[in-house]
Amino acid sequence: MAEGPRVDVEVENKRAAEPPAGTAHPNTCPGCGSHYREDELVKALRVCPHCGHHFPVGARERIRQLADDGSFVEEASEVRSADPLGFFDLRPYPERLVEAEMATGLGDAIVCGRATIEGCPCRLAVMDFAFMGGSMGSAVGEKFARACESAAAAGVPLVSVSASGGARMQEGILALMQLPKTIGAVEELRDSGGALLSVLAHPTTGGVLASFASLGDVVVAEPGALMSFAGPRVVAQTTRERLPDDFGRAESNFRFGHLDAIVPRPELRPTLARLLRLFSRR
Amino acid sequence: MANEAELRLRERLSKLGGMKLLRGAKVSGEIERLEKQLERLRGERGDEEIWRSVELARHQERPYTLDYVERLLDDFFELHGDRARADDPALVTGIGSLRGRTVVLVGHQKGRDLKERTRRNFGMAYPEGYRKAMRAMALADRHGFPLVTLVDTPGAYPGVAAEQHGQGGAIARSQAAMMALSVPTVACVIGEGGSGGAVAIAVADRVLMQENAIYSVISPEGCAAILWRDAGEARKAAAAFKPDALHCRELGVIDGIVPEPAGGAHTDHDTAAALLGDALVAALAEVESLDPVERRRARRAKFRAMGVFATA
Repeated sequence: MAEGPRVDVEVENKRAAEPPAGTAHPNTCPGCGSHYREDELVKALRVCPHCGHHFPVGARERIRQLADDGSFVEEASEVRSADPLGFFDLRPYPERLVEAEMATGLGDAIVCGRATIEGCPCRLAVMDFAFMGGSMGSAVGEKFARACESAAAAGVPLVSVSASGGARMQEGILALMQLPKTIGAVEELRDSGGALLSVLAHPTTGGVLASFASLGDVVVAEPGALMSFAGPRVVAQTTRERLPDDFGRAESNFRFGHLDAIVPRPELRPTLARLLRLFSRR
Repeated sequence: MANEAELRLRERLSKLGGMKLLRGAKVSGEIERLEKQLERLRGERGDEEIWRSVELARHQERPYTLDYVERLLDDFFELHGDRARADDPALVTGIGSLRGRTVVLVGHQKGRDLKERTRRNFGMAYPEGYRKAMRAMALADRHGFPLVTLVDTPGAYPGVAAEQHGQGGAIARSQAAMMALSVPTVACVIGEGGSGGAVAIAVADRVLMQENAIYSVISPEGCAAILWRDAGEARKAAAAFKPDALHCRELGVIDGIVPEPAGGAHTDHDTAAALLGDALVAALAEVESLDPVERRRARRAKFRAMGVFATA
């Protein structure tokens, strides 16, 4: 008797950022085919002015979109990934890290720090899908945990913006342990009276959805964001089920009661400011 | 645990070494086997050894949660249903007496034959299973019963309905629930510890692994399919991410290794259960003396410290 189907839930979307060869320019809208200059897209918060498609946003640009000008001060930037397993697949893990750093200018897949949004102080933890699929290894888990601790110490809410394919398999079991680690940090933040406001950007899957991203006091997502534990390809392959068109999307999750709201990007900053005001008055 | 097992083996080795003088070659095969086993317990594991663990962890005759329940828990009463919409047969919860002491049990359950495997969904739980687990955890906390969890799953079920019912959120909340418990908790990986579906019920004061269990972020096949672009390279993938008990112990992810009968747990269910029972009771005794607040603090601190990173 054959073994049961194997479940590969952690990394389904890690390759989603690489378009297949010969596909469109990154500034061409996959929704309607409109093409934009870089400065046009930045000005439009990377939302297609024609059809409303939400393009991916890097961590630095996301922080510029959300935080008051000049208010962001990065924290824990010295935390970097190590290579605890000496992991080598077709290429060594450290080589992939260096490549990701060169491509994104980031130390790892999350940027954390203090900021104000419409004058309300908070801590920000913003993930970047372009850095190894936004995967969570020890460094990402550590930086997120420190962001919780920093928020608790300052008595302000933590705003997380996740975009991740899941746990970073190059760190093996230690990557899986970042789930309970970040969850414990959220619990500590709560014990101190602090709040977690969780924003799910496309895609938030695997180990990040199965840890802090789902545990916000308020959980919102961007329109069309994929937020599933197992990605659509794995589900289709494992179960041979026909997937609904909106499988795992924010809209489907909202219908099933897993989200408080779907917030289009232009409304995200005022929405977070409103929540921060509410959580700071008690 | 590992050290005790090593000591036991050393003792047997030295006895057999003495016997060799009397009976000559007759025991040398046995000595060789024990020396090999000792080597395995102590030394660096080769790629072949890691793959052997993968195979043994998935062995069809390996004892499953209910095999251990039958042998270790008296008066076991199974608790069914998540009190919301379903009962998930892939995850078993119940109350039973472990050597005279009432405990709450939560464990994945695979099936032995095709029919049972299908009914148990190969040990892959839906969110309903994790909600049932959380209900059992809350019961344990209310009554001060220690919690014992047995982990044996390829992973949480990746299906359309599972996603619609909130698989990611259920796994996150189950971990948060375990993190918050006041009662002593012990988890043991008894076969496959597959990713989020496994850690969902493994956030315990003491986390153990049986000698031939595996605990991993992804299946070897899944890892190979992505990084090597070929699921057939599963052996290479397993060697690279090292899901075996010794490496998990070295990385500080687990607190102890539970010995199995020679040849693996499937060769002798009774002995495997006795060894597991000893380890569970010993692990609970270690954390029982702590004050509940201190126990929870220590549990959080333990997981907070996990991971290896650099500071540039």
